[in-house]
Amino acid sequence: MSKNKSEYLINRHDNQYEVVIGLEVHAQVTSESKLFSTSATKFGAEPNTQVSLVDAAFPGMLPVINEYCVKQAIKTGIGLKAKINKRSVFDRKNYFYADLPQGYQISQFKDPIVGEGKVILDMPDGQKEVGIERLHLEQDAGKSIHDLDPKNTFVDLNRSGVALMEIVSKPDLRSPDEVNAYIKKLRSIMRYLGTCDGNMQEGSLRADVNVSVRKKGSKEFGTRCEIKNVNSIKFMQMAIEYEANRQVDLIEDGKTIDQETRLFDTKKNETRSMRSKEDAHDYRYFPDPDLLPLEVTEDFIENLKSEIPELPDEKKKRFIEKFKLSPYEANILVSDIETSNYFENVIKKSDVKLATNWIIGELFAALNEKNLEITESPISAGNLSKLINLIKDGTISGKIAKTVFEQMMKGDKDPKKIVEEKGLKQESDPKALEALIDKVIDDNRDKATEYKSGKVKLFGFFVGQVMKVSGGKANPQLVNEILKKKL
Amino acid sequence: MSDITKQSLSDLVENIKSKKLSSSEVTKAFVERSEKSKELNAYITEDYTNALNKAKKFDEKPNLDLKLPGIPMAVKDLFCTRDLKTTAGSKILNNFVPTYESTVTQNIWNEGAILMGKLNCDEFAMGSSNETSFFGNVQNPIDKNLVPGGSSGGSSSAVAAQLTPITIGTDTGGSIRQPASFTGTVGLKPTYGSCSRYGIVAFASSLDQAGPMAQNVKDCALLQEVISTYDEKDSTSIDFKRNEYSKELTKDIKGKKIGIPKEYRVDGMPKEIEDLWKKGIEYAKDCGAEIIDISLPHTNYALPTYYIVAPAEASSNLARYDGVKYGFRAEGENLIDMYEKTRSEGFGAEVQRRIMIGTYVLSSGYYDAYYLKAQKVRKLIKNDFDDAYKKVDAILTPSTPSSAFKIGEKTNDPVSMYLNDIFTVPVNLAGLPGISIPAGHDAKGYPLGLQIIGKAFDEQNILNIAYAMEEKINFKNNITDWWIK
Repeated sequence: MSKNKSEYLINRHDNQYEVVIGLEVHAQVTSESKLFSTSATKFGAEPNTQVSLVDAAFPGMLPVINEYCVKQAIKTGIGLKAKINKRSVFDRKNYFYADLPQGYQISQFKDPIVGEGKVILDMPDGQKEVGIERLHLEQDAGKSIHDLDPKNTFVDLNRSGVALMEIVSKPDLRSPDEVNAYIKKLRSIMRYLGTCDGNMQEGSLRADVNVSVRKKGSKEFGTRCEIKNVNSIKFMQMAIEYEANRQVDLIEDGKTIDQETRLFDTKKNETRSMRSKEDAHDYRYFPDPDLLPLEVTEDFIENLKSEIPELPDEKKKRFIEKFKLSPYEANILVSDIETSNYFENVIKKSDVKLATNWIIGELFAALNEKNLEITESPISAGNLSKLINLIKDGTISGKIAKTVFEQMMKGDKDPKKIVEEKGLKQESDPKALEALIDKVIDDNRDKATEYKSGKVKLFGFFVGQVMKVSGGKANPQLVNEILKKKL
Repeated sequence: MSDITKQSLSDLVENIKSKKLSSSEVTKAFVERSEKSKELNAYITEDYTNALNKAKKFDEKPNLDLKLPGIPMAVKDLFCTRDLKTTAGSKILNNFVPTYESTVTQNIWNEGAILMGKLNCDEFAMGSSNETSFFGNVQNPIDKNLVPGGSSGGSSSAVAAQLTPITIGTDTGGSIRQPASFTGTVGLKPTYGSCSRYGIVAFASSLDQAGPMAQNVKDCALLQEVISTYDEKDSTSIDFKRNEYSKELTKDIKGKKIGIPKEYRVDGMPKEIEDLWKKGIEYAKDCGAEIIDISLPHTNYALPTYYIVAPAEASSNLARYDGVKYGFRAEGENLIDMYEKTRSEGFGAEVQRRIMIGTYVLSSGYYDAYYLKAQKVRKLIKNDFDDAYKKVDAILTPSTPSSAFKIGEKTNDPVSMYLNDIFTVPVNLAGLPGISIPAGHDAKGYPLGLQIIGKAFDEQNILNIAYAMEEKINFKNNITDWWIK
């Protein structure tokens, strides 16, 4: 396998293969109630406590569309710079399964609520545009639990009827890294919009991954396999690597690839055939006669547009232009809405450059170490801002600041208090410093003589000694100035 | 008053309001007659004790401002009724007791009526003779071994035999109007979207509509007034201005233009039906209506279209009866085996036939040729009516191409059975209101009905025409109480 900077290629003998990936992301709509019923959608509730007669498909029960979910889908469409379809249709996807009470899933087939759009990825070697084919609304199924009883399967219908957005990308992705960037960007956009919490552990975001390979330079697509229901970015990347190599091996052996649905076994790190094209379900899609076509007006869409917050791409642009951040810094700070909010709160009252460095450097490292999200940061934006101001106005040095920061990580304490309590205030009184420096020069007469005779390298030694004697509190700038004069 | 059960709804309401009769007296009379009429097999579930208790309660504190004060009635067993078994005529729901009430029945109870029991019907309303019911066929009170029509056969039989003063049925392709025609009673299928489908066991969602069945037009109008409400729980319910149909009822139909569609003169139609239609035209003229010949060119395609659309929707609507959540379950080796056994044993032959037809027409490779084409033809059929209504206010046709047939006569010939709906099916496909009124008898003395089809939301107009013609026709049902020993 070769991996130059930009290209992900698989080498076999003299052939180079390119990997073509398209994703169908299932994102749970952030909403109090389900797509067609008033049941709650809270994660982790006791089984079958969030189930209405509609969700359990009792005789004579009818679906009624939840307008809030429609708004969420349209907002997401706007965030994906996509065409919003004023008329969309709910269809029934018919199949039998124990956790599908109606015997069909209400989804959108021919006429989705959102059409073509795009997502911009920031890759190390530049930007990449990934096309969005469509976004449609559909119901989630319930959950079958097979491992609670040796003979019986249990069914939990809490998820049954929960609103999902299926976001289908064009086959524009070419590497596991791009898939990583795509999912993160999609997640970021939806979190900015508040339309999906993107929580992969809770299953709020999962994807079907379509993978095919072709010889580099070929314009034709290869036969694709669909890997169903992968629920983490890492697994998506692993599944793609395995699947692409499997397909290349088949081609190199002169075999053909069967179009099929596959499963990713996370324990064995391999994909396995689930069903072939011939065994594919015939879902007998047809428009749901219980629901009229969904029609939205231009005004309705315009109103939603006015509710759209500044999204990551726009925010990044503003950060670069207004705060003179580098694209790299801006990217990191806008990657999720909480980070960008934190950053903007810090810089309300403190220096941008220092704030950027402290957040991206110290704060991220410390949070990472403790495995915390920015929202769980022990240091509030206000206190970080204070710390930065203490550095800026010379009250403490950068080095001391790190000590203070460590204290702050143990609990959100006002940095001023820490500095006072521990007496960490920087010594900037020239007289006091002069006394210190005189003592150091006195104690090291021989070295001072050497310095004067031309061994200028020794200057650093003197600075170090002064800092040591001062317990790190001496103002390094002043120490430099005074030392130069004295020596 | 010994002849309580012979009274019309309007008379009963009047007598209860004027305190000449109590709800208990009325309820007792209908319960007693129902109990003596078990041979008709009109009921699937009787709820007489509760009905009598409710009547007693009503009498203790009667609210005489209601539209149906203390009036007992039985309803088709397709309406979900809280705490009372609801079977849809099927084994698969034989043990199903809803915890909820359909909007239509709730509207009725809100106006003071009292539930007596659930009436027999074809399984999942699929049938034209009530012979597909898991609970056995229903006798037509007109004659022994005669079908009462279907699918609302228990309802038509019960009204004709005066086991209930009024009732409600559902009509997907003629299931109110055809049985009304077969039993000499009045049945209205309202405009699609007029009556909520919430809580009605679904057959074909885009066609199903609940409607009133009664002994005369006025009673029918009153019941329609009660059951037709806009309902947010049904996304296909339509919010339009509903009339007070019984109050606004008038026999003055002078100058109303009534269309006679030439395409309804179908091949092989008995002369009796042709004659009845002619008589109907004369009655309408006598009432002052103007008769205009019209054309509904796509009529011929209505039946095949219906038998694609209705089974397609049914095949999906009935998928929920899988033995997992409620209703009948057969034990199986695994999930698929359980499904197959449950549905093979739980559904009758006609339901299985329609599920298979519906599954077939929706299958990939067949969808365009059948379902999609049927939807296009459905649109053409609707356009036919739209064009016709530029010239006329209503359309007059026979209700059925024959009078009631014998039990067993058509059970082995589904196509001949389906042909019985030829005049009623186009109305459902177009979503229009249609009413069947009794208009005469055939040579055997069996009742025959005429159908008046209206514009969408124009129930008042067809009720008025029916009301005016009813007086001219002066129909008398020959019911001999042959089943009462």
